Amino acid sequence: MELTSLGLYSQAIIVFAALVLFTSFVMLAQPRIQPLIYTFAWQGLLLAVVTALVALVSNHPHLYISAALTLVLKVGLIPWLLYRLSIRLNMNYETESITHPSMLLLGGAGLVVFSYFIAVPIVHLSGLATRNTIAVSIAVELLGMLIMIARKTAMAQVIGFMSMENGLFFAAVVSTYGMPLIVELGVAFDVMVASIVFGVFFFHLRDSFDSLDVSHLNGLSETDEAMPLPEAAEVEQP
Amino acid sequence: MMMLEITLLAPLVGGLLLAFTGHRALAGWLNVATGAVTFAASLALALDVFDHGARLSAGRMFYIDAFNVYLVTLTAFVGMTTSIFSRPYMRHEVERGRVTDRRMRLYHSMYQGFLFSMLLALSTNNLGIMWVAMESATLTTVLLVSLYRTPSSIEAAWKYFVLCGVGIAQALFGTVLIYFAAENRPGGERGDTLLWTVLHDTTAGGLDPAVVSLAFVFLLVGYGTKVGLVPLHNWLPDAHSEGPTPMSAVLSGLLLNVALYALVRFKMLVDASLHMELAGHLMMGFGLLSFVVAGLFLHRQHDIKRMYSYSSIEHMGLMTFAFGIGGPLATFGALLHMTMNSLTKSAIFVTVGYASQIAGTQRIDRIRGLIRTQPSVGWGLLIGTVAIAGFPPFGVFISEFLLLMATMKSWPWLTIPLLFGFGVAFAGLFRHLQPMVFGEPPAGQKPIQANMLPVAIHLALVLWLGLSLPTFLSGWFEQATLLISGAALR
Repeated sequence: MELTSLGLYSQAIIVFAALVLFTSFVMLAQPRIQPLIYTFAWQGLLLAVVTALVALVSNHPHLYISAALTLVLKVGLIPWLLYRLSIRLNMNYETESITHPSMLLLGGAGLVVFSYFIAVPIVHLSGLATRNTIAVSIAVELLGMLIMIARKTAMAQVIGFMSMENGLFFAAVVSTYGMPLIVELGVAFDVMVASIVFGVFFFHLRDSFDSLDVSHLNGLSETDEAMPLPEAAEVEQP
Repeated sequence: MMMLEITLLAPLVGGLLLAFTGHRALAGWLNVATGAVTFAASLALALDVFDHGARLSAGRMFYIDAFNVYLVTLTAFVGMTTSIFSRPYMRHEVERGRVTDRRMRLYHSMYQGFLFSMLLALSTNNLGIMWVAMESATLTTVLLVSLYRTPSSIEAAWKYFVLCGVGIAQALFGTVLIYFAAENRPGGERGDTLLWTVLHDTTAGGLDPAVVSLAFVFLLVGYGTKVGLVPLHNWLPDAHSEGPTPMSAVLSGLLLNVALYALVRFKMLVDASLHMELAGHLMMGFGLLSFVVAGLFLHRQHDIKRMYSYSSIEHMGLMTFAFGIGGPLATFGALLHMTMNSLTKSAIFVTVGYASQIAGTQRIDRIRGLIRTQPSVGWGLLIGTVAIAGFPPFGVFISEFLLLMATMKSWPWLTIPLLFGFGVAFAGLFRHLQPMVFGEPPAGQKPIQANMLPVAIHLALVLWLGLSLPTFLSGWFEQATLLISGAALR
């Protein structure tokens, strides 16, 4: 694949795809909450731009709707919601200590290589999708998962979740020019509801555990000694 | 097709109404009425499909065939009986002060919302919408798991949300890949290829094998998380044990089935294109692993609802294994087992709910002497557990026997781990059950007001189906078997 043989717009798609991947890496190692939210918004914006470009190149006008949807949801509503929550919960200046950040980033790089590997059988079928964009979309999804696994605050996990969804959306756009509109609307609806439910959970977590550090959540497990039941007193019948 | 619309609209409308009236005294009855309407409509729909064959609705939005119509009916039925149980149970919880009025509104409306998304996932013709419905099933139930707002319930709900969210995202990626393979198949027309009917009838066999096998791995991880396959099962015991009991009953009896349904639908597609048994082998492996591991975990439980949720994992593993084997006999057995497990397991969870209200705790070592305190609950738990452990003459015995036979026919060596699993699970259930039912009741343990009607109906059905499978039902299963495995029984 000769990069120079592609049209200008197709080259632009690849550049923006690379930037989307870059934002994923930034999120992976960003310990502070507020910049994390901003980076997530940037990723959404880049995604919207790529979608609009693909719409332009491929003559699929319904992709403009997807791009607009992304813009409203991923750049506007969800980051705004998370930002508001971070202020309400007084954690906008909190930093999370990431254990072994360099290992984490190396692991992320490994995931990118792995994505290129699994993209091989897909690429030969596709007209528009270049190897780069498909692999990037898989990588963004897997990196989102890595964020959820490696990070300990609830906020970072939510952002990892949403970033995974970004990767999936990106995969649909570059491989099949987006899903049918009704499915895309349904997915967008689910994502919106999910972000609201996550917001509700932040308050529950803070009320019960006094922090949003989900590593406190380790009460339920399979142990041989009797389970600690903090609510045992409450369960007793009057 | 009017009946389908009623089946889907009833829970939707009921859920909206209950969002405003869910805390009133009559709300429990409204919940029951909605369930009854849904069930009546689904029964009419089932008869219609049984007479006239598969139906495709106008606009190709919904598709009902022999496979999903029986699951629609089963879902509506368990939804109805559980709502009968939920009315007095939740009133008791309100009296004990564990739930406020606002949360009762949430509970009732989300209960119907959950049923709606299950029915939508079953009846839709669009594989993308199926994913959307599965995700909204998580969203509707996640706040119910944390309904009591105890730290452990919030932890359980968070785990449930995050794990199922991650899992189901993989399923979406698999769906995208299937769509991609269908759009790019050589010489086919574009558009509408996310519709099941189009995919199955016109593109069958023409999908690119490499892409399809990759897609199935993602789909198995995704929907497998929801089925509760080991090692993706961590959310399941937590969510079942910490949520209100009616929720455990419908999660265990319905949600897991619907997730498995999605997986089997995709397996049908993948098998047609792949010319090898990749999908079947993967499902067999994960299924057998879940079956054995969950059986072993049964021994280590201290919480009664956790114990029975491991039993659910075990049975879902068995069904996944059977669908993986794939012949007509195994498929027939798996379909039968799906029904039996749903009916028995939801009956058990209802009984467990009463048992833990009697004892005031869910800890197994504090639940004692149920038969002496309240014979109906004690016997219900005993008979339910006997049924789920696979004793004759209950229906679970028949389906497990069929599955064993199918295994012996096609994979003789695998009957050994299968029999081992049955034995381990049996021992795991009964070592805990014995003292709970027969032991000495603690001083001052009083009976509660319990409506055992749903339990009685479910267990009677399981017994009846174990003694004689009625012709219309077996005809139905045979149709579905033909559809899934591509070959008729016998």
